[in-house]
Amino acid sequence: MNCQDIIAAFRDKPGGIIEAYHAVQKHYNYLPPEAIKEAAKTFGCSEAQAYGAATFYSYLSVKPRGKYVIRMCESAPCHIAGADQLIKAFEQELNIQVGQTTPDGKFTLELTECVGQCQGTPVITINSVPYVNMNSDQVASVLALCK
Amino acid sequence: MAKQMRVLLEHAGKIDPTEARDYIAVGGFRGLAKARQMDRKALIEEVKASGLRGRGGAGFNAGMKWSFVPQDTPQKYVICNLDEGEPGTYKDRAICQNNAQAVLEGMAICGAAIGSQQGYIYCRGEYPFIVDLLHKAINSAKEHGALGDFAIEVRMGAGAYVCGEETALIESIEGHRGEPRFKPPFPGVAGLWKAPTVVNNVETFACLPYILVNGAAWFAGIGAPKYPGTKVLSLTGDVNNRTFFEVPTNITLREVIFDLGGGIPNGKQFKAVQVGGTSGAFIPEKDLDTPIDFDSMCAIGAALGSGAMLVLDETRAIVDVVARISKFFEHESCGKCNPCREGTFRCREIMDKINSGQGSEQDLDNLLLLTRVMQTAALCGLGQAAPTPIESTIKYFRSEYLAKFA
Repeated sequence: MNCQDIIAAFRDKPGGIIEAYHAVQKHYNYLPPEAIKEAAKTFGCSEAQAYGAATFYSYLSVKPRGKYVIRMCESAPCHIAGADQLIKAFEQELNIQVGQTTPDGKFTLELTECVGQCQGTPVITINSVPYVNMNSDQVASVLALCK
Repeated sequence: MAKQMRVLLEHAGKIDPTEARDYIAVGGFRGLAKARQMDRKALIEEVKASGLRGRGGAGFNAGMKWSFVPQDTPQKYVICNLDEGEPGTYKDRAICQNNAQAVLEGMAICGAAIGSQQGYIYCRGEYPFIVDLLHKAINSAKEHGALGDFAIEVRMGAGAYVCGEETALIESIEGHRGEPRFKPPFPGVAGLWKAPTVVNNVETFACLPYILVNGAAWFAGIGAPKYPGTKVLSLTGDVNNRTFFEVPTNITLREVIFDLGGGIPNGKQFKAVQVGGTSGAFIPEKDLDTPIDFDSMCAIGAALGSGAMLVLDETRAIVDVVARISKFFEHESCGKCNPCREGTFRCREIMDKINSGQGSEQDLDNLLLLTRVMQTAALCGLGQAAPTPIESTIKYFRSEYLAKFA
């Protein structure tokens, strides 16, 4: 499916631009430039406004990302549970820094704020699926789940 | 030994939250049936009389909020705030995963009271699995004809803490950047697409069916008289039972942490609890016998907020935790108003300086001055509450700051 078809499905939804962006991201893992242009046309706003909405929200990205987006929560409850060490373990295992994507386009590592799983800190999410009570020893086995 | 009181979560784990049939079998949708037979004014009066106050954090009387909606406008909206962005908070997720049908019923009751046929649930982008759950729940309720002519649509946010603020949330549903609006007008008069709109929290809506079925007086008689009912709390940090509890609102912090929470792990001592999420105050041991209700918490300079409780043991470095929190607010400030955009940036800058051992007592004075500016001049609750953790820890844990200057 191209961006045009994905976005067109939300045409009749008032204010549906963010829903449309979610759908585009599901397909492309990010919002390509043509998605912004198409969304502006479809929802009757300027490209600047469509870009403004796309760049306001941390779950939307206008830069290409990997197939698996790993988000490490660094809010206070995860911070005291050792989030810093866990981030380092992921950086080491993937050989990238936070904010980067692996050269094969498989993994992107991002920081995030609270994902609402604070019963099991520290928490990461992979494509929004939470993994709780993580420790550095589990990093390799969790990554192995991503085929 | 303090006990839970389960109203919203009575059938947790025993019924399927997506199945209207399960909910009906335990008495569901009787509140809505009753509400639909009542005169709108009488229905609002009943909710007012129950004393139900907003469970998202602001603690405003729910019936009062509804009463501001003009009667004669054809299009009105009911919005359920499921943005739940306060770090440490997971109670709205727990309510949806255990009793989603009560949330839908509560929204329809609100619809009957203000004369609205259209509801929206704004679910945070971090909970796509709750969006799926809600779609199933809504479909099941529809199949059973349980919601009548009241329609509910789910919209998903995309990772912005500020969208928990009701006007920012409305902007987001409209497809814009989630920046708060200037008030007035309040959403009750001009909200979603300029139409009168009631925005309430998940938990507030979930209380309504039980108020209608059991009566306002029953609800008003539970817990603290000025903030009656139950409250769902979520525990995290250095506490043995890191889970959610539903309690009467007159329970004390000590009972929550040491009876329900099971105390501090590994034989360590309690140092502080941050109540209400990451924008809340840090409370020292001396205030633990305070009841959790809205007004009692305000009286000690704290806030019940969302009902999150982050417990810290004696080994935790307060300055380090607060420095981390100040980074959160810098990241989440939407940038619309100067006091918050610049204020959260400076708070983070000064906290980092102190935490790295480069600070001085002058920095504490500057932080407290900045706190007053932000509390007074920021446009929305984000900027107003952002310096609270700093202010409360300078007050109660000043020695930890001073130790950084040595």
